[in-house]
Amino acid sequence: MMNCIIHITLALVMPPLLLGVIGKTKAAFAGRVGAPFLQPYFDIYRLLRKGTVFSTTTSWVFRAGPIVALSTTAVAALLVPFGAHPSPISFNGDMILYAYLFALGRFFTMAAALDTGSSFEGMGSAREATYSCLAEPTLFFALITLSRLSSSTTLTGMLSNVSGGAWLYAGASLLLLVGGMFIVLLSENCRIPFDDPNTHLELTMIHEVMVLDHSGPAFALIQYGASMKLFVLGAFFIQLALPFATGNPLADWGVFICSMLLLAIVIGVVESVMARLRLVRVPQLLVAATILAAFSTLLVIR
Amino acid sequence: MNFGMKTFYNGTSFARSDIPLLDNDSYFQGMVDAIAAGWRACSYFGVPTSDGATLYSIFSARGGSGLLGIAATRVGRSFPSLALACPQLHLFEREIAEQCLVRPEGHPWFKPVRFQKPLIPGDSFWKESDGAGLIPAVMDFYRVEGAEIHEVAVGPVHAGIIEPGHFRFQCHGEEVLHLEIALGFQHRGIERALIGAPSPRTMHQMETIAGDTTVGHGQAYCMNMESLAGIFASPRAETIRGIALELERLANHTGDLGAIAGDVGYLPTASFCGRIRGDFLNMTAALCGSRFGRGLLRPGGTGFDCGSELADELSGRLQTAREDLAGAVGLLWDSPSVMARLEDIGVVSEADARETGLVGPAARACGLNRDIRRDHPYGIFRMSQIPVITASSCDVAARTRLRWLEAERSMAFIDEQVQHLPRGSHRNQMKTLGTNRCAVALTEGWRGEICHVALTDGTGCFERYKIVDPSFHNWNGLGLALRGEQISDFPLCNKSFNLSYCGFDL
Repeated sequence: MMNCIIHITLALVMPPLLLGVIGKTKAAFAGRVGAPFLQPYFDIYRLLRKGTVFSTTTSWVFRAGPIVALSTTAVAALLVPFGAHPSPISFNGDMILYAYLFALGRFFTMAAALDTGSSFEGMGSAREATYSCLAEPTLFFALITLSRLSSSTTLTGMLSNVSGGAWLYAGASLLLLVGGMFIVLLSENCRIPFDDPNTHLELTMIHEVMVLDHSGPAFALIQYGASMKLFVLGAFFIQLALPFATGNPLADWGVFICSMLLLAIVIGVVESVMARLRLVRVPQLLVAATILAAFSTLLVIR
Repeated sequence: MNFGMKTFYNGTSFARSDIPLLDNDSYFQGMVDAIAAGWRACSYFGVPTSDGATLYSIFSARGGSGLLGIAATRVGRSFPSLALACPQLHLFEREIAEQCLVRPEGHPWFKPVRFQKPLIPGDSFWKESDGAGLIPAVMDFYRVEGAEIHEVAVGPVHAGIIEPGHFRFQCHGEEVLHLEIALGFQHRGIERALIGAPSPRTMHQMETIAGDTTVGHGQAYCMNMESLAGIFASPRAETIRGIALELERLANHTGDLGAIAGDVGYLPTASFCGRIRGDFLNMTAALCGSRFGRGLLRPGGTGFDCGSELADELSGRLQTAREDLAGAVGLLWDSPSVMARLEDIGVVSEADARETGLVGPAARACGLNRDIRRDHPYGIFRMSQIPVITASSCDVAARTRLRWLEAERSMAFIDEQVQHLPRGSHRNQMKTLGTNRCAVALTEGWRGEICHVALTDGTGCFERYKIVDPSFHNWNGLGLALRGEQISDFPLCNKSFNLSYCGFDL
């Protein structure tokens, strides 16, 4: 019960902190002081107090977009185990739900963007649809590999099986998975080199351009939902990459939080030392991620 | 061959009666022949008359001779368009039609330029939407038809803090088939306000033609004023002007390098260059109290002197900024992900650049070896020359690298000049302007060639003062650079040109 409460609290409270850590890391590389760690929380609070403008050409789809995107991510947060602790909800095949909750949220974000009738947002939706199609196979190859390794079809079973021992006998396969999943993590969360979350250039954006017309509380939900998505996918990723468990429940929570902060720093470093890819190159990298994941599956099936 | 033109040197003035007034046939044939022989149009404008206009054209000779040429002709309500044969004239002809109400017959792209009111009373060639004057960007845009084609309209209000302009893309998926640019939102009527000048406020108007090119435009105006009054700026003043011009170039090139890095999402260089740009601006402020050089240049000399203490301080600050800039920009060349993003994007072929008459870094990045500081030297550049740099890859990477190389040369130039400031006064007394004279001044601003032409009347006031900002030559280059490119690369191409909206709109 206690673990369940901690799990939900962390999922609700911690996500914007990751963005704060990424921002601070990038600022350090750029020789700046940077915004405070809590800046994303202030931003969300500021947006929540604002009014919202709805274009007269939009319908209920436009208003539903941010709410569906946030709620699907929140449900996905209940399915994924945080560190060594099992997830609050777990059943056979929950990994399929986990994958398609994101797809549902993305579908509504794209539909809301198309609802505005703006050519920018149409372009953004087209880009998002293309890239997410290419990112999905990687996730499924990863799930197949993990399922095969653990002989389990629940996310908790699959991920808790990954440990130091698993790295010893299936290291090559897991290494390929970590590579592929890191690419998907960056792409799904619109980070450099795929998308630049800080750009103001509407012609080059992918995710940001789809939410150009949202304002005030609706935009706050989008920002919060985006940070939660990073958190949920990040939790999946660090369980693969850093499967440390101490056996002490409280210490395990500490390990989990530190691993997540470390992940945020790594993302910040990647964003600082790399430029964005040309948009035409993005599919190539995503296909490379799929190939990595496919090989990892091949290694465990053989 | 001078094609019937009067030839002269940069920064000189002559009686208006010396300008050959040709008959229409030999004038227009002469223009076509001159351009075919490698002369380049610096300015081509009309002065309205009671029944038409007098057209003046100013050409720059092919490198080496340092000659400029001028000729004029009288036309009625129409004149033959040469834009099809000489694309570099196309915007000038539209401008003449808009300002003087004479029609370029056979112009292939007859549209307003700035959506401004003509200089004389009368109806413009284009329909006014509500009788209150033309509204910028309300016109027929070039359209590509087809079920798979979509149109993207950007601006005039942009997401970033930049000037207003409207961009219309014809796209097939992510590929741009055509880009049309509509400007005029910043039109302030500078040329109209200059009729009857100079007055004490004229210098301030010159400094605001394009705020980031204060020194470049200021210098061109000062040169015209000095040659019309028959005086010279002292060597000390010319040196200070040269230092200010190169500081302006450094500040803007540094800002552009940072902005290009920012556009590809490469944070370190973007942040460092933003700060170092401020260092260069502050050096200009140390000279005259204004970060943009306002108040520094005055007809007859400079508004402020540069003492030896200040010169030493500038030298020291330049050394620091030079090391910082080298480090920040070096990161770009060492990052494969950045170079992959810049190379082979936004290519303008050398032939296209020559045909459309590009100037400045945009032209030099296409391999065109043109720089007013060397081709038509003026001021300090008659004594101390800065090597001209060209690149041949014609892409965004070329325009980026060229900026860095030019910045290096400018820093070396300033470093040399502050240590050898000539003695003497920094400002000579202005005299009254000569009557019925014509003065032409070309300077190399950081965006490229700036051309100012002054025509005085019988009382020594400007009957017409024509300004050509480098952006006027270069906006079409941006449209060409986008052909067949990804629409997502537009901001990067745009940054690599970084043209002025207000300098174009006047």
